[in-house]
Amino acid sequence: MQSRRAFLTRGLALGCSAAASPFVTPVTFASAPGDNRLVVIVLRGAMDGLDVVRPLGDAHLATHRPSMDRDASLPLTDYFGLHPALAPLMPLWQTGELSVAHAVSTPYRDKRSHFDGQDILEAGVSGSDIGEDGWLNRALSLMPGTTSNTAFAVGHDNLRLLMGPAPTSTWSPDSDLDLSPQAQLLLQKVYAQDPLFHEAAMKAMELADLTDNPMATRRAQRAEALARFTADRLREDTRLAAFSITGWDTHANQARTLPNALGELSTAILTLKQDLGPIWQNTAVLCLTEFGRTVRENGSNGTDHGTGGAAIFAGGALKGGRIMGDWPGLAPGDLYKDRDLMPTRDVRQFAAWAMAGLFPLGQSALESTVFPGLGMGDNPGLIA
Amino acid sequence: MQRQTISAIRYGYGLGPGHQPATDAGTMIDAARKTAQLAPRVTLAERAKQIAAYREARQMGDDARKAAQRKLRGEGMHDVRALLSMAVTDPGFGARLVSFWSDHFTVAANGPLLRMLVPDFIERAIRPHITGSLPEMLRTVATHPAMLIYLNQVQSVGPNSRAGQRQDRGLNENLAREILELHTLGVTGRYSQSDVRSLAELLTGLSASRYGFQFRQGISEPGPHTVLGKSYGGRQATLEHIEDALTDIALHPDTARHLAGKLVTHFIGIEDDAFVTRLADVYLTSKGDLPSLYAAMLEDSRAWQPSFLKAKLPFDFITSALKAAGAGANDIANIKPSDLRTGVFGAMQLMGQPIFQPPGPDGWDENPDAWITPPGLAARIRWAAAFAERIEATHDPRLFLETALADAASPVLKFAVGGSESRVEGIALTLVSPEFNRR
Repeated sequence: MQSRRAFLTRGLALGCSAAASPFVTPVTFASAPGDNRLVVIVLRGAMDGLDVVRPLGDAHLATHRPSMDRDASLPLTDYFGLHPALAPLMPLWQTGELSVAHAVSTPYRDKRSHFDGQDILEAGVSGSDIGEDGWLNRALSLMPGTTSNTAFAVGHDNLRLLMGPAPTSTWSPDSDLDLSPQAQLLLQKVYAQDPLFHEAAMKAMELADLTDNPMATRRAQRAEALARFTADRLREDTRLAAFSITGWDTHANQARTLPNALGELSTAILTLKQDLGPIWQNTAVLCLTEFGRTVRENGSNGTDHGTGGAAIFAGGALKGGRIMGDWPGLAPGDLYKDRDLMPTRDVRQFAAWAMAGLFPLGQSALESTVFPGLGMGDNPGLIA
Repeated sequence: MQRQTISAIRYGYGLGPGHQPATDAGTMIDAARKTAQLAPRVTLAERAKQIAAYREARQMGDDARKAAQRKLRGEGMHDVRALLSMAVTDPGFGARLVSFWSDHFTVAANGPLLRMLVPDFIERAIRPHITGSLPEMLRTVATHPAMLIYLNQVQSVGPNSRAGQRQDRGLNENLAREILELHTLGVTGRYSQSDVRSLAELLTGLSASRYGFQFRQGISEPGPHTVLGKSYGGRQATLEHIEDALTDIALHPDTARHLAGKLVTHFIGIEDDAFVTRLADVYLTSKGDLPSLYAAMLEDSRAWQPSFLKAKLPFDFITSALKAAGAGANDIANIKPSDLRTGVFGAMQLMGQPIFQPPGPDGWDENPDAWITPPGLAARIRWAAAFAERIEATHDPRLFLETALADAASPVLKFAVGGSESRVEGIALTLVSPEFNRR
């Protein structure tokens, strides 16, 4: 008779190899589309591009933001300087593995809602009719030889980016589950009538043995755990992965709050680089946010919701060390609606050129299916 | 399916031993009125004292600070016990309304100060108003220190106010934007950036001191301010002008539609435009009277359609498991602190709902797909197994299934529970079933 402790509980068997487990779908035979990897990090809360990649050469910056300290900026070009909290990423800039697109935005305008802004960023569409699926899922649907492990959403939040008809996986490094065969059979029976529960449970059983991370609840550890799990998957069959980092909504005391989020971001990027080893050379990381923040600081040493902002790219696959985009200037007449950085390029163009450089996706498919209605414009040379 | 079953699962925290759920709108709403009258766990003066003590301790050495933090965690435990206790003892609808409106007017407990203020916000700004009117609830919410701190209103200073001119400080739009986008008209509502700006100017002056809400004329931006086409405040706005504006915004037709739609989505999960329009009409003609709105929903047959389209959130999942096991206020009071930490705080976090900490001011996701994910469901399964081990000595699985789900249990589930190898297995299966996790 089955010991009752063995039902649905972590037993001593945990930690045995995945191959010994009857619940793990063998994935080793799945053919993956090429060797390149893409990671999208969604920066939820609207990153202040002007504080992260600072246009120090623009004399108006100091006028708009009199109380914000810029002295510790790290020089990137003659014109731009990097926020000191991203100092750990400077070596990547020097080796051409870090670049920035500035004065970019999605097509979303004026209402400046985080949630709509993130939906549009992840849906990748031009208009307000955003549908249910995300651009990374549509890209996946165009690639040959994919399986549900080709694309991975990592973490607890729902990433619209990867939602859609093409099968994908989702898991969080702080989850685990070890089921006895009996338990699995019974659950299958009970869940058979409800597809939502059925799919979640089957995937949970398949993935449970892949994780060996203890719970990581502190923020820096969380970013590290997300990146570590992502790198583990990318070393196997996964080619597309996404997760999010929060904490960018710096309405107050930006000098104190923004470094926390930047610290998480640099931890995530450096963990990916370290854990991917040689695969880092085939990897591009796109760090995208829903919109920028006001050019002028607000009344509480922070900034409010804006429009144009910056996107950050990292990875060995990049031709980096460059600031891309068309700089609109910060003179009062150059601002969008007299308050925001004027977006001069659509951030989706950079995502589209990254996809074109990494995967067998043609420009017409990218402009019609992945980012419907987008004109990709000139190739910014994002990927080496 | 029996109407009693639907009432308990859709409009309450599920079934429990001896629980006789009401099935008519009048009785359900009358019970909610009693929930609204419950006294807060702690008086405002006591909270203020705790906050002052914590602030003082922060200025002192490490030991004092750590002791204050421990004390704070202890208070947090009492707050969570109070919430759990209300949920398992309440007839149902009232407690669910408290949860619905607390989420509609989300304040996330970011940091120790908000950690202390959020429970007060729920008990004082939300609960007493669940059977009142929406304009009244909005006015209370928008003047509670928790909301003013969470959405940065306390930092907003009219640039042309006396203080603004002297200190060179300025506006913060956050609260004004979320009032329009999330609390009232909704993001598809007919408002513009200039309405956000003007409302932000009008709201300057809403502030908080260590004793609670305070209106500070000295930071209030001189007006008048035009919001949604109406001018408020004249040269110098007062609290009354702000309250007038909030009342008008709360009674805007777009607010009616937004709230009616949200209520239907939250409780029933159907998409029915005509139903929403009807509820919005009731809201407008009753001037935002919430019992009228609830009655219009509950008296409609669509409120009792038998399929459960929503997923219980982790808090509701845990609460309804406790309730099904027959837990009462005494049992909640006797949960060991370590069990509360792992079995409630930790478990909720793994299931995707860190307690009092929704990801943003739009609150928790209404979509069942957001909760029944591989990691989220895995956490529910592990919790159910551990909980089943705790209660198996006193619960027969077949009776437990009958108590917890009555006629909502499918034949397949009955068969699986009846054929399970152990009591623990049978109880756990009930708890992880779609029937128990949907509502």
